[in-house]
Amino acid sequence: MSGRMKGKIVSVYGSLVIAEMEDRVVQNSVGYCHRSDGTRLLSEVIRVRGQLADLQVFEETRGLKTGDEVEFRAEMLSVVLGPGLLGQVYDGLQNPLPELAQRVGYFLAPGTYVPGLSTAVTWDFTPSAKVGDSVVAGDTLGTVPEGIFTHRIMAPFAWRGRYTVERIASAGQYTIDAEIATVVDAQGERRVVTMQQTWPVKVPLNVSRRRLLPTEPLVTRVRIVDSMFPIVRGGTYCIPGPFGAGKTVLQQITSRHAEIDVVVFAACGERAGEVVETLRDFPKLIDPRTGRSLMERTIIVCNTSAMPVAAREASVYTAATLAEYYRQMGLDVLLLADSTSRWAQAMRELSGRLEEIPGEEAFPAYLESRIAAFYERAGVLELTDGQLGSLTIGGTVSPAGGNFEEPVTQGTLKVVGAFLGLSRARSDARRYPAIDPLDSWSKYRGIIEPAKVLQMRRLLAQGHEVRQMMTVVGEEGTSAEDFAIALKADFFDNCFLQQNAFDDVDGATPAERQRFVFDKALQVVELDLAGLDKTQLREVMVRAADWFRNWNYAASGSSEYDRYLHEIDRFIADRQQSTP
Amino acid sequence: MRKYYNSIRRIAGNVVTVDAQGVGYDELAVITTSRGESLAQVIGLDGHEVSLQVFAGSQGVSNNDRVRFLHRPMQVPFSENLLGRVFDGSARPRDGRVPATGTPLDIGSPVVNPIRRRMPDKMIATGIPMIDVFNSLVESQKLPIFSVAGEPYNELLARIGLQADADIIILGGMGLRHDDYLKFRDAFEQGGVLGRAILFVHTAADPVVECLMVPDLCLAVGEQFALQGKRVLVLLTDMTAFADALKEIAITMEQIPSNRGYPGDLYTQMAKRYEKAVDFDEAGSMTVLACVTMPGNDVTHPVPDNTGYITEGQFYLHNGRIEPFGSLSRLKQQVNGATRDDHRAIMDACIQLYALCRESREKRDMGFEASPWDRKLLKYGLLFEQRIMDLSINLPLTAALDRCWEILAECFEPAETGIRRAIVEKHWPYRRE
Ligand SMILES: Nc1ncnc2c1ncn2[C@@H]1O[C@H](COP(=O)(O)OP(=O)(O)O)[C@@H](O)[C@H]1O
Ligand SMILES: [Mg+2]
Repeated sequence: MSGRMKGKIVSVYGSLVIAEMEDRVVQNSVGYCHRSDGTRLLSEVIRVRGQLADLQVFEETRGLKTGDEVEFRAEMLSVVLGPGLLGQVYDGLQNPLPELAQRVGYFLAPGTYVPGLSTAVTWDFTPSAKVGDSVVAGDTLGTVPEGIFTHRIMAPFAWRGRYTVERIASAGQYTIDAEIATVVDAQGERRVVTMQQTWPVKVPLNVSRRRLLPTEPLVTRVRIVDSMFPIVRGGTYCIPGPFGAGKTVLQQITSRHAEIDVVVFAACGERAGEVVETLRDFPKLIDPRTGRSLMERTIIVCNTSAMPVAAREASVYTAATLAEYYRQMGLDVLLLADSTSRWAQAMRELSGRLEEIPGEEAFPAYLESRIAAFYERAGVLELTDGQLGSLTIGGTVSPAGGNFEEPVTQGTLKVVGAFLGLSRARSDARRYPAIDPLDSWSKYRGIIEPAKVLQMRRLLAQGHEVRQMMTVVGEEGTSAEDFAIALKADFFDNCFLQQNAFDDVDGATPAERQRFVFDKALQVVELDLAGLDKTQLREVMVRAADWFRNWNYAASGSSEYDRYLHEIDRFIADRQQSTP
Repeated sequence: MRKYYNSIRRIAGNVVTVDAQGVGYDELAVITTSRGESLAQVIGLDGHEVSLQVFAGSQGVSNNDRVRFLHRPMQVPFSENLLGRVFDGSARPRDGRVPATGTPLDIGSPVVNPIRRRMPDKMIATGIPMIDVFNSLVESQKLPIFSVAGEPYNELLARIGLQADADIIILGGMGLRHDDYLKFRDAFEQGGVLGRAILFVHTAADPVVECLMVPDLCLAVGEQFALQGKRVLVLLTDMTAFADALKEIAITMEQIPSNRGYPGDLYTQMAKRYEKAVDFDEAGSMTVLACVTMPGNDVTHPVPDNTGYITEGQFYLHNGRIEPFGSLSRLKQQVNGATRDDHRAIMDACIQLYALCRESREKRDMGFEASPWDRKLLKYGLLFEQRIMDLSINLPLTAALDRCWEILAECFEPAETGIRRAIVEKHWPYRRE
């Protein structure tokens, strides 16, 4: 299949270049446009018409001329997989940004490419396969320690059929390009295995016996998510919301606190500054679950808004592939994409350049199927050795005008398992996280019994109804009973659903504590407050809210924690007694 | 030897198509017409046909006018000599003085590697409580003022600009009225900063393509000063004019619009400019403040909407005040943890209560009787507007925080504010009886 394909540029329109090829041309192959100053610009064939190949160039095309040469190989856009991916900061095409900074300084000069993994580093290899073993794609041949994990060196995923191990390296130090095994197939054809392999980013990486239904809650330590709109390992969810409503902050706190093995963060078409925050903070933050820096479980793939738009389109696939790779090792992986709308817009820009027939809001007709295919990469797999691995995908959506009736939000809602819709009204009132408790939904089961969740959802809905009614009939036209419902709903909202992301304690609530606080809150909202007038009702609920808020800020096991809990218990007991 | 091409094939909108060879995409050309010389930029190559966007517009261009290619992108000369000068959207002098000299800088330079960015951590004190307390401005932030015609947005921009105490101030005017340009100049002069200011001004009377160049010129020059360690402040007004110029050009080029006539790459185009705001690792910084006028006072209009998704917050200027709702500084948390221990608590509580006051006002306006709690909120709202929100107020941060506490204490019991005990106990101004 390989072999070079050559041609010459005949047209340039922004990131779209048309080349006339000498003979053969393969759709989706990657290669370079050769600028006359010697710079090579990475490109991909995205349409073929006769001898003409339409190329999307992953760089600014400034300076390209008609007549400049192009050269392609029959290979798809791929990433390199192997030990050393964790802790990396990549651009959308897997160039390590720290290396680029060392080579070219402050700016990302077009045409500078660095391999995604270093061949200079050695890894401490321990073989697990033996000579004579029969292996298939994805089987573990050996392991190397990578930070907190045992990284499996797996037989290339692209293999078909069985191979017999002919030779396997003994334990020792190897670089990723060193030969660690030779295998032979039934026809006697020999293959060499190293610790690295490549995989095309747009093809899902899934070597497994079968896919399982995702059911195990993924605890994010964000109360409103875990308790009310849970997500599960291997599931999918989306966070649509207008600008400034808190999508990125929610993703950032999730990447910090989520109880998961590996986090891959795709910063897609948004602010560079937000990546810098993660970049600078994570190495300093200790993951309490492992005692190691958070960066050791994190991979950042960033193609921020000012970076070339074709590479932005590719970046989410790059991130998905890296995430899938760690899933193949039996780990639980979380892929966070911020924002999938920028990815969709990148598709729209390219589609416009290709003059394809536009769909709604000028998005291409295939938008929905691309979104669906992306989220389909999530899932729980039973791997070839029987172990389980999972990939959870959470994407933010940035709808134009904050209106969810637009193609990207709608296309996403059709395929995800949970919808955390952010509301402008809530973020304006600084009620964070601004997830709308009435509109959001989750198809998954979380850490709280569904009956209790339902009870609270009912309360919130009733409280909302009462509030609506009050705008028509006023407080004086509302019965004390209804008024109490509204106050109780507010109480649960203020003291449980809202959470201060910038507080060390309140910012992350473990599952155990969430259950406990939820039950206490349930006791409060179940209190019979009959007989109190509205002023008394407000007084009582203000007091309860004050205790709870302070309790939320108190570290588990601290004396304040006990003190506030004691006050709350006394409060509840008092109220229970004072009702006849 | 200079090579000229004069086989112009098509003239449409601002775009001229000429037969030429060896021309690079995005390069610059000079087109000589009966009206004089104009710069033009290569926006498409198709075989021998080169499409040029003519900065001065295509009026008066004839099919045998001469085109010469410069084989370089648009540039701006860079040196200290730019300080105190005024230029137009083609970087020609607008102040009647000699053309600028200096090292030529390509505009639209590559993207900064995120690795070389610092975390912004220096607060810019403006003396405006609605900014300092509730939405702190931070060095290197990119932040627009959302407003409508008639609001004093340019005055606010100039006021913040002067308070910011930057080493270099660069003003980019797009579709600027001549009077407004003069007002900025006067403000800079009175503030004593004209000597370290550079103005790139496109007025409504100038060719539309030049409007597009203004942000790039400002940001290229600003970036260079920042790399030399300077703290640069760029003021861009009005970015809606920039977006409208993009729209006009896209439509004449028959691109498929995505939303209300704006091109599908509006977000990317604006992001490329705003993202130039930077705090360099081991060098200076560039802060970008902009004005965005919202057509029809509609924040969901594509220009403010896309802007909000790009910038690090926005200040809503409405009825002469910075509105607490919708205004946002996304970088505030980088700085407000280190100011005073009550800063964040005050920031949250005051806005939450003001939001509740708004509900009470709605009830009142519907003619409902106010409960005792409503009355507290109504009183609070009024005091907050008079003593904090009014734009004429100029207070240092700590004084503004103290004033917030006083207002809270005048209106509420501590537990009603939702502020946690430890902070209340330390800062609540208990009245001595
Ligand atoms: N959970 C939260 N707690 C406190 N403040 C928040 C929270 N979420 C968002 N914010 C505030 O809102 C700002 C914008 O949030 P961000 O996540 O960047 O919005 P989006 O990504 O939706 O545009 C943040 O900079 C922060 O000041
Ligand atoms: Mg965001």
